[in-house]
Amino acid sequence: MARTYKGIDHLTPVDRVVVGLMIAVPTFLVLWLVWVPAIGSVLLSFTNWDGIGPISSAKNVGLKNYTDVLTIYPPFVPALQHNLIWLAVMFLIATPIGMFLAVLLDREVRGSRVYQTAIYLPVVLSLALVGFIWQLIYSRDQGLINALTGGSIDWYGDQRYNLWAALIASSWRHVGYIMLLYLAGLKGVDPTLREAAKVDGATERQTFFRVVFPVMFPINIIVLVVTVIESLRAFDLVWVINKGRNGLELISTLVTSNIVGEASRIGFGSALATFMLVISSIFIVIYLRIVMREQR
Amino acid sequence: MTRPTSEAEYLASLVPASVRGVSRRTLLRGALGAGTLLAAPSLLAACGGGGSSSGGGGAATGTVTVGSNQSDAVPKAAIQSVMDAFQKANSGLTAKINTIDHNSFQENINNYLQGSPDDVWMWFAGYRMRFFASKGLAGDVSDVWKDLSANGMTDALKKSSTGDDGKQYFVPSTYYPWAMFYRKSVFEKYGYTEPKTLDEFKTLGTQMKKDGLVPIAFGDKDGWPAMGTFDQLNLRVNGYDFHVNLMAGKEAWNSDKVKAVFDTWAGLLEYHQPDSLGRTWQEAAQTLQQKKAGTYLLGSFVAQQFEKGEEQEDLTFFNFPEIDSNIGADAIEAPIDGYMMAKRPKNEAGAKKLLGYVGSAAAQDIVVKADPSVIATNDKADQAAYTSLQKKSVEFVSQAKSIAQFMDRDTRPDFASTVMIPAIQSFLKNPKDIDGLVNGIEKQKQSIFAS
Repeated sequence: MARTYKGIDHLTPVDRVVVGLMIAVPTFLVLWLVWVPAIGSVLLSFTNWDGIGPISSAKNVGLKNYTDVLTIYPPFVPALQHNLIWLAVMFLIATPIGMFLAVLLDREVRGSRVYQTAIYLPVVLSLALVGFIWQLIYSRDQGLINALTGGSIDWYGDQRYNLWAALIASSWRHVGYIMLLYLAGLKGVDPTLREAAKVDGATERQTFFRVVFPVMFPINIIVLVVTVIESLRAFDLVWVINKGRNGLELISTLVTSNIVGEASRIGFGSALATFMLVISSIFIVIYLRIVMREQR
Repeated sequence: MTRPTSEAEYLASLVPASVRGVSRRTLLRGALGAGTLLAAPSLLAACGGGGSSSGGGGAATGTVTVGSNQSDAVPKAAIQSVMDAFQKANSGLTAKINTIDHNSFQENINNYLQGSPDDVWMWFAGYRMRFFASKGLAGDVSDVWKDLSANGMTDALKKSSTGDDGKQYFVPSTYYPWAMFYRKSVFEKYGYTEPKTLDEFKTLGTQMKKDGLVPIAFGDKDGWPAMGTFDQLNLRVNGYDFHVNLMAGKEAWNSDKVKAVFDTWAGLLEYHQPDSLGRTWQEAAQTLQQKKAGTYLLGSFVAQQFEKGEEQEDLTFFNFPEIDSNIGADAIEAPIDGYMMAKRPKNEAGAKKLLGYVGSAAAQDIVVKADPSVIATNDKADQAAYTSLQKKSVEFVSQAKSIAQFMDRDTRPDFASTVMIPAIQSFLKNPKDIDGLVNGIEKQKQSIFAS
């Protein structure tokens, strides 16, 4: 069929319906599942609704929830700090390690399949399970570390250590994920580029940073986005450890512990969720700017 | 029971609902609840309003559904045998148990009760019960109580089953006291005697340390066990009435009376097992079980960490010591577990029949036999078959002048979980800044209780 597209008039009625549905259904889903809940949360954050009875029974309390969060809610500031630390560690430590391993394994060392499998294995586990596994290592009275060293450090309970202990557990999984993404990217790099670099006399290091890394721009963006998303939604692991208390506060756990269960401070929890929305938006804006710039 | 009753249940409670094998019903309910909650709150309200048609009076036949949070194997089997016995005694009635994982039940209770709850569901006495009654989410069971009062349920129990409007909304089944648990063999070995006052306890604690024991086993990873310590200290330092008013939000948390509680506690911390925030109550109980700790302040469910038979018989307890002789030590804590009825049960006659049965001595005999860490609420229950710990618990509770439930059952759940757990944990981390701590609690209390 060699007809050229001349605009919407050119489509058959069936095509028009299909196109219409293809636009309408996703739009509806995005509106209903993303925007309505998001705006709903923001609206609820100005009320004192307790989740029982009609929403009309909720009183408008203005900015009270927000001022309460900022002034008299002790876990909020630590949660904010922990979220940022989490992001920084994932971004500056776990992700580079994942990249490094990918580059190493890409060199077809002997047994690289075994290494790949070993490093990727944690990724198939849920973070909750990762928490359990590391519990066996960290437990004060029965854990592996203390059993080997004879120490009595309470890795998950002592707030001087537990955030870092949790970050190690989380990184253990994140590294494998990043490695796999990067490995896929490296396989896609045109080998002639490397050969050309070699012919030009570039060292391994120069080849990677000057040729391979820039070529992999799309993968780098994906890795960046994955890292940011994984850090912001960090939740399962700390929830499994101690419900996000005592040194492991994260905004997501504060939202959950205020909304889920008998507590039901829906308004207050929504205010916390709104803070999270704002923080996420910052990263979303940065990401969109990078992507838009690339497309231009 | 509100606490994880076994290691398996405890472990299960650690797994978030997203990865747990939730039953289809719970999942649907949760999804519906969460979806409507976020998307269109008015829908949720509509759900709450439109229950099923009321069964009304008449002969009790058909099926009664029971929402059970006893998801652990032993209590689950106990509930099953109670319901089997109920069916045997009432031909024409079938009891269908809908077991929901303990933690999911707790977390979904709001959505559960506003959706289409089972005719009868398991819950706790105290503020937690009155809260749902006052929100119009529980059915009035006053007429069931007419029978129960005549058949072994005391007035005190009736009082703790009564809502703010003077009607009964709860049928008690079992309860368990909180006290200082210890092993008889350990006390015999070192020649210790039960301390009656705090000073005697401190002397004992110092001696225990010399003997290489942890004076008080302690684990507060889950946040709630330390609430029990606060309750005991407050009952001893300020008395029952103050405790109840404090829990009801009528007293200031930054008063000198509350500061005195934390001060006393700070003075006792050297006797507590260190690093409590990373240890579960089960792990702390193991310290007692392994004879590495002298005492442990907990509910009698601590017995679940002890093997049945000889080891169980070795376990006993003493009342938390007196601190102020003007206050005495006759107020104790003994949370009550039991059943409530849905606002609009599908089978009201059957539900009331069932509630009458679970409150009876016959039904409670079955439960306490299956789980010897609790005791029956009905006076006519068969105590001959009790273990020595159960017998002692009965005696202990009957001697008490006043009985509190537990912090998270006596006060607003939103206050208990979002303010008190982090506050007590931060006290345990840094026991020095008591003024800052209690001022922080008071500010949050005012904000929460005002809403």
